Amino acid sequence: MTDAPMSTSATLRQTVEARLKVRHAQERRFRAYGLAAIFVALAFLTVLLGRIVSQGYTTFLEYSLTVPVYVDPARVDRTDISGANFDLLIADQVLGRLGIKDDDFGTQSSKMMDILSNDLGFQLLQKVKANPSLIGKTVSVTGPVRADGALYYKGEIKKSTPEDERKLDNTQLQWLDKMKSMGMVSSGFNTGFLTKSDSTEPEQAGVWGAIVGSTMMLIVTALLAVPIGVLAATYLEEFAAKNRWTDIIEVNINNLAAVPSIVYGLLGLAVFINWLHVPRSSPLLGGLVLALMALPTVIIATRSALKAVPPSIREAALGVGASKTQTVFHHVLPLAMPGVMTGAILSMAHALGETAPLLMIGMVSFVPGVPEGFTGAATVLPVQVFIWENASERAFHERTAGAIMVLLVFMIVMNLAAILLRRRFERRW
Amino acid sequence: MTQNRDEALDPVVGTAVPGDQIKIRARDINVFYGAKQALFDVSLDVAEKSVTALIGPSGCGKSTFLRCINRMNDTIAGARVQGRIELDGEDVNDRGIDPVVLRARVGMVFQKPNPFPKTIYENVAYGPRIHGIATTKAELDAIVEKSLKRAGLWAEVSDRLQQPGTGLSGGQQQRLVIARAIAVSPEVILMDEPCSALDPIATARIEELIDELRNQYCIVIVTHSMAQAARVSQRTAFFHMGKLVEAGDTGDIFTNPRDSRTQDYITGRFG
Repeated sequence: MTDAPMSTSATLRQTVEARLKVRHAQERRFRAYGLAAIFVALAFLTVLLGRIVSQGYTTFLEYSLTVPVYVDPARVDRTDISGANFDLLIADQVLGRLGIKDDDFGTQSSKMMDILSNDLGFQLLQKVKANPSLIGKTVSVTGPVRADGALYYKGEIKKSTPEDERKLDNTQLQWLDKMKSMGMVSSGFNTGFLTKSDSTEPEQAGVWGAIVGSTMMLIVTALLAVPIGVLAATYLEEFAAKNRWTDIIEVNINNLAAVPSIVYGLLGLAVFINWLHVPRSSPLLGGLVLALMALPTVIIATRSALKAVPPSIREAALGVGASKTQTVFHHVLPLAMPGVMTGAILSMAHALGETAPLLMIGMVSFVPGVPEGFTGAATVLPVQVFIWENASERAFHERTAGAIMVLLVFMIVMNLAAILLRRRFERRW
Repeated sequence: MTQNRDEALDPVVGTAVPGDQIKIRARDINVFYGAKQALFDVSLDVAEKSVTALIGPSGCGKSTFLRCINRMNDTIAGARVQGRIELDGEDVNDRGIDPVVLRARVGMVFQKPNPFPKTIYENVAYGPRIHGIATTKAELDAIVEKSLKRAGLWAEVSDRLQQPGTGLSGGQQQRLVIARAIAVSPEVILMDEPCSALDPIATARIEELIDELRNQYCIVIVTHSMAQAARVSQRTAFFHMGKLVEAGDTGDIFTNPRDSRTQDYITGRFG
């Protein structure tokens, strides 16, 4: 009577124990797979970020040159200040300080002008224009060393490279060394990169215009995509009858989210530029196109956030006599808000990095300044990266990486904002 | 069996509710969820200022019937209600009746406590506010206090009205939900298994509360617990497979059921 159950339980135990080893091994294996996957992902990320940072950090290092310039009345005409060649004036005076005499053809001074930024001449022109009494006096100007010179200081251009294979010849390198040893050159954080806009001269090019352009464009995108997307999703999820039409709409929204972004660019070109005559290359136009692109994502995120709100809340509100609209706007939508916010900000972050559709609508242009309003010409960060990457000057390449770093920081800030907003809303409830 | 069947289809079985005490009069209610029929020709009278318990095995249609009374079935896609339900002689399914107004007159308490994720105060104040019952803050405060007192929760929460309602215990949450329903001064309170998620002590408190509320409201309660039905209700209706089998005074149903199915159910032979 007692034997029979005992023996069956003993064999049961044996069977279970025999399987146990396999089960444990299985568990360990899957954990190892998971760890390996995380490791690979992190490794990729590290390589990617490491490469960008190692290429781009030098962008934030600036070498600037301070030169006291005697504004020679013989060379600067009081009646035609703009006509004077300030670049040459500065180059000659730097040469003088280095103790070098120029020949009649000006070979030395033109060589010198190659390593001095024309920003110096421009600054001097502005100063003298503003205050003509400076003519005949000595004025000190500070400006960046021309990009190639800075590359030499940063060790990108090496003396060991044969002279005909580098942009600066031996004399120029000697001058640069001498200028540095004479204390005319100082290095520091390159604030100009963050405060200036695009320029044909790498040492004067910055991302401020692109940052402002991106911000303005995102404002347009957010103002359009978020309200329209949230309302569309709310209607579809809470009000619309579930029938074949809503099914078709749902399938199409999901399909639209997967449409390549360049197609939205084509659409923008056809509709917004050719038909509605929105000014090309403007933040308004970019924002419109990106809003179209972000809409499906916002709708999908909002719908899933609404779906996650427990039905008991809807019943509770309806049960006390709230109307459908009151139920949705007083209870369901506020509860879904953290999810909606996260979805919206992530799709905005996605839109921020989007380049292809912007190329289609002609945003790929040289814009040396901050956009003049929402209909003015603008450039945006990813397009700025694209433009600089295509530039021939070597100094633009470090700026490409630098601009990518700025773009990444912009995105990290947006994602942080998403997390903070989410937390805040969740705490409120 | 045939005889039982006929009896079950009879509009009102057992002792009838005296005509002048009828609050809710349901006649020939058929409910369909899509192609599936959930209720078959249910006719039932519910007396005012009393507790009516709806009992029966799972899926017998008692919750469905309850949800017909405040038209909560409207919110379910594909649900269709046929028949006539009168509240004080007025057809609740009439075109002229706004479900919003109806639900203010017929409050509901659900199986799982579902306070809004807001403060205790806001939970109770929400109904009066959307219906415009209170115009000043003082009036609203008074309603909140009165409702919480009536729900027997005031002593426990009066010092933390601004804390979230979801932070209360299950039993307290259910009483908060009852306070929320009371706050709009309904005439009828529907309770769908209000104690099934609660422990025995919290259940006892709710039952006490139901007994107190009976003096002012018409209460219809769905319950799985026969003991609860026997404790709190004056009248009981037994549902089985979408049909109303038997209804009458609770005492009669439990001591002297007319139908063999009722007998089997209350003695625990199925369900």
